[in-house]
Amino acid sequence: MTVDEIKIGGLGASRRRVEDNRFIRGAGNYVDDITLPGMLHMEILRSPLAHARIKSIDVSGAWAIPGVRLVMTGEMMAARNLAWMPTLSYDTQAVLATDKVRFQGQEVVCVIADDPYIAKDGCEAVIVDYEPLPPIVNPEQSMAEGAPVIRDDKENQHDNVVFDWEVGDKDGTDRAFADADLVSDMELHYPRSHPSPIETCGSIADFDRSTSKLTVYMTTQAPHIIRAAVALVAELPEHMIRIVSPDLGGGFGNKVPVYPGYVASILASILLERPVKWIEDKTGNLISTGFGRDVYLRGQMALRKDGKILGVRMHTDSDHGAFFSDAQPSKFKIGLMHSAFACYDIPAAHLTSRGFYTNKAPGGVAYRCSFRVTEAMFFQERMVQAAADDLGMDQAEFRRVNFVRDDDFPHRTAFGFLTDSGQYGKCLDIGLEAIGYENFLKEKEEAKKNGRLLGIGISTMTEPLGAGNSREYDILGIKMFDSAELRVHMSGKAILRTGAKSQGQGHETTWAQIVAHELGIPAEDIVVEEGDTDTAPFGMGTYASRSTPVAGAAVSMVARKIRAKARKIAAHLLEVSEEDIDWELGRFFVRSSPDLGVTIQECANAAYTNMPDGMEPGLENNAYYDPPNLTWPFACYISTVEIDPLTGVWDVLHMVAVDDCGVRINPMIVEGQIMGGLTEAYAMASMQFITFDEEGNCVGSNYMDYLLPTAWETPGFELHEVVTPCPHHPIGAKGIGECATVGGPAAFVNAVMDALKGSGVRNIDMPLLPDRVHAALTEGRDISGAPPVRTDS
Amino acid sequence: MYPSRFRYEAPDTVEEAIELLRLGDGEAKVLAGGQSLLPMMKLRFASPALLVDINNIPDLTYHRADADGTFRIGALCRHAHLEKSKDLGETQPTIAAAAPLVADPIVRTRGTFVGSVCHADPQGDWASVMIALGGSVIAQGPGGRRTIPVADFVSGPFQTVLSYDELAIEAVVPAPEGIRAGGYLKLERRVGDFATAGVAVSLELSGSSVVRAGIGLTGVGSSTINAAEAALSLVGGHLEADGIAHAAELAAAASQPRSDHRGSAAYKRHIVSTFVTRILMNLRSAQQEVA
Amino acid sequence: MTSLFAEVAPDPSSEVSVRRITLKVNGEQRTVDVEPRLLLAHLIRQGLKLTGTHTGCDTTNCGACTVLYDGLPVKSCTMLAVQTDGHEVTTVEGLASASELHPIQEGFKDEHGLQCGFCTPGMMLSAKALLEENPDPTEDDVRWALSGNLCRCTGYQNIVKAVLWAAAKMRDQAPASDTEAEEGEAS
Repeated sequence: MTVDEIKIGGLGASRRRVEDNRFIRGAGNYVDDITLPGMLHMEILRSPLAHARIKSIDVSGAWAIPGVRLVMTGEMMAARNLAWMPTLSYDTQAVLATDKVRFQGQEVVCVIADDPYIAKDGCEAVIVDYEPLPPIVNPEQSMAEGAPVIRDDKENQHDNVVFDWEVGDKDGTDRAFADADLVSDMELHYPRSHPSPIETCGSIADFDRSTSKLTVYMTTQAPHIIRAAVALVAELPEHMIRIVSPDLGGGFGNKVPVYPGYVASILASILLERPVKWIEDKTGNLISTGFGRDVYLRGQMALRKDGKILGVRMHTDSDHGAFFSDAQPSKFKIGLMHSAFACYDIPAAHLTSRGFYTNKAPGGVAYRCSFRVTEAMFFQERMVQAAADDLGMDQAEFRRVNFVRDDDFPHRTAFGFLTDSGQYGKCLDIGLEAIGYENFLKEKEEAKKNGRLLGIGISTMTEPLGAGNSREYDILGIKMFDSAELRVHMSGKAILRTGAKSQGQGHETTWAQIVAHELGIPAEDIVVEEGDTDTAPFGMGTYASRSTPVAGAAVSMVARKIRAKARKIAAHLLEVSEEDIDWELGRFFVRSSPDLGVTIQECANAAYTNMPDGMEPGLENNAYYDPPNLTWPFACYISTVEIDPLTGVWDVLHMVAVDDCGVRINPMIVEGQIMGGLTEAYAMASMQFITFDEEGNCVGSNYMDYLLPTAWETPGFELHEVVTPCPHHPIGAKGIGECATVGGPAAFVNAVMDALKGSGVRNIDMPLLPDRVHAALTEGRDISGAPPVRTDS
Repeated sequence: MYPSRFRYEAPDTVEEAIELLRLGDGEAKVLAGGQSLLPMMKLRFASPALLVDINNIPDLTYHRADADGTFRIGALCRHAHLEKSKDLGETQPTIAAAAPLVADPIVRTRGTFVGSVCHADPQGDWASVMIALGGSVIAQGPGGRRTIPVADFVSGPFQTVLSYDELAIEAVVPAPEGIRAGGYLKLERRVGDFATAGVAVSLELSGSSVVRAGIGLTGVGSSTINAAEAALSLVGGHLEADGIAHAAELAAAASQPRSDHRGSAAYKRHIVSTFVTRILMNLRSAQQEVA
Repeated sequence: MTSLFAEVAPDPSSEVSVRRITLKVNGEQRTVDVEPRLLLAHLIRQGLKLTGTHTGCDTTNCGACTVLYDGLPVKSCTMLAVQTDGHEVTTVEGLASASELHPIQEGFKDEHGLQCGFCTPGMMLSAKALLEENPDPTEDDVRWALSGNLCRCTGYQNIVKAVLWAAAKMRDQAPASDTEAEEGEAS
């Protein structure tokens, strides 16, 4: 008798989460919860200036404080060749500043003491003498004639350009524009934003002199990448480094890069021969760690008068801060920006892209962005809305005319991606029905007569998730496969380890569901571990929504390997040949006598107690999965808003999300990811931003200025699902973690812009704060750039 | 995140507290709710040598109306006490309107009304409410008590006229001359944000005639703004559209906002005008409903 | 705790002045010596080793550090440990009884009201305070009461559902009262 897949927690079961059992008891094990014997505490003194030469550092005051054990400067680190470290993008980054500071908040001195209070006292007692230099706070200044060279530490750097890159077909695109009936354009700035998980970054470095082994507990989404980086930086052998990523209080891409604090804590531990803990405060996290976005995008769309898009041109100028430190596939300088417009059947496209150094924190690729896809899809849908308006076409109709058709998959996009499957029109239909599209359009017109401003915004997109195939994807040369290792015990219970690292996505729950699906072992009988490089198989970690597509696939593959061996054992137990064996969930049986069968548990037991002759005992295996392609989920997000014309405050009336991420392992968890992403989308659209004044002072380095919405502002969400399985994924699943963050912002912004239609405004850059909406409405002008810190008017 | 070292005392009486402040010689700070002071100390923007914690002093958590209608708020009355007080909507409508908008629900369980007024943050809500109500602060020092009208109390951003050895023990709202009506509106980008602009309006009505009015403005100047001319323009008349529009204009003119990332000065003045209008028009509608 | 061994600072003159306080933590009396500057959150986490309470910001915004102080929610990062002398503190570890989870904890699990779990202890304690004051809150009541606790993962919708789930369960479990008939209708 086969088992009920939902009952055993297989695919499609909204299984309640295993990890919750400890979190709801306050028994999580986050890095700051860990105490090691003899542990010391490290605090970092940061630069108050955005660009300055360091004239002198006087640390004597810090050393004089009882309880201070070590004070580290850039000079000390330079003596050990550790003042600079390689980044994940083949650049270098200062660990502790030596010659100059290059952004406000940059790490200058580390104080290690008996407790963090004393360490902070020590930082306060350090005196640094700076000679201010003119700061560069945006790419326009970076590229200006005569601009100071920020990276004068690099031998062949004579300007502030990080890269110059292009992709697509320039000639073909030019021809498309020559044939156009109408050309639409769009120019916008996606403001600097920060993933800001509630838990900040931190590490506990523990170098054990007696074993020469370095163990680092670290807030990292990619422990194996970190191990490789640490081996490189600290010149310790790879097998003597153990990175342990325990529970993480959120990641969203913030916890992928290698941060100076990690490296400093490691050196401190080696010097002091004691564990050293570094937990950054929220200011440190916001002002210095991997931010997201800060890209200037402009483009044009060549249109035929019936609404067909003939070609798209895009140009991006991206602000990378003082060091190019992003974790992104090395071949693509601006990430997967060229996945823009992938859901539309466009014959020709061309993208040019430049990156710039500025005197700001390093980063750009983070915050649930799928490697710059948030920027790509936001630009896409803002451009699409403008184009439809320019043509005088209905927003939904314009999209329908251009969608890739259901029967046109796999579809090669103009930029060279191969999208896998989808039912775009169906998702749009469901969304329009749920939001009450036709009725709302009427309501909007009526309301306008009474001076009320209502608007509706649509955002549709497909995005590339699951980096990625070894031909095209690598970080620092390491291919982007992922892995799973499964050992089934004698009683049929199992332990699964993967190279992924959950930061709240629920892998302990969902990976077991995949095994349950493949083997019929109840999910609750499978314990899942991630994050310890000593035990986990090599993986590239969890970010860019890659885990279900890649690690999840590896889980499925390893379970199938186990099943293949179990089949042989079953044949042995049932005394028939393998060809006579069939499988139903949890059980092998004799095809000609289905009542004769053995359960998977019986096979597991036999692997230890009754193996066939010549078969290696045990029931375990591993799988390394090199994905053949990315997966391409589709989403349709629609939002309706009303603006208060007197204040510019806007409220979300209704928000509908239709997501097609293929087969859903755990629908409850999938919906949780979508709602979390929609909230980030709402946050960016309405209030979140980091900006700088002319001196490079950062506004948005604490939660008073960096605004996260609370439960009160955040709207409710109505979720719908479509399932178009991924044709190349073993269980038909696609990624989902970032879809709503990627596609959501345009739904809100398009809705506000729709409400302002007719007032002469083409674009308001995010965040759409009340004063900006009000200014646009009353003055009939575009609002560009982040909110200015101070103006004279 | 980690304050620097300080000495700490937790006296049991007001007299002890005052004596400690006196001995502190200007280096001591009072700890009441601590929801403004401790954040500053954690960032080391403030490093007092001595903290005098008054939370153990009994009989300071009250808020009450005297028989003659005077309303008194004790030094340890928390924002939450006012927010959850059922009668205040009727007897102290401006206070009732502002209470839910101060900080966030958790901070409101600790933060105090009097402490907030003493903190004198230009973006503090209660100072505007006190201005609108024509309230006073009662300070007690080694030499005894004095009553300081709130219009004279705040002397600049985060500065009051309190002497270093004085403790503010009570906020007083004078008995009304008529029936109280009022409101408080605040534009904040999210719960817990400082105000982009806030408006406190308090009216006292005799029949439909305004016998007293007060308007206080939050976040649109280097300290709380007393829109006295605007308020005065309402006195002696009835609430009607022209008078309301005029008051709104005067209030906007009285504000001195700065352009920053919360908005331009023009926008903030516009919000002041809009909020004054909204509050007064709502009160007018409420009047007409009753009539 | 043992009196078998306690290390003393090598240089007595470098000793910092501490204050002895006695507080009740999750029902248990504790006496500790603390520096006045020690924040309550750090007493809880490092001193008493109750690491379920988390710190997530430095400006009293995020609420991850929320505990109950004499039954009322406070941000423990914005209180001094010394202020708990003679008072009661409840942390997340005090929610469950020896044998059972609190309905709020059950609700958070059942309604997927958490993902990374970092904001969860603070959320649950704020919710507990809400439900003690208002056993039958509306969705708006819940969102308002939790507006001092930030979450980055869930989007709040399931948190609200979790609290309403717990409220319903707690009303069901409440001892019979005059309002039983009304409650029967509401649930």
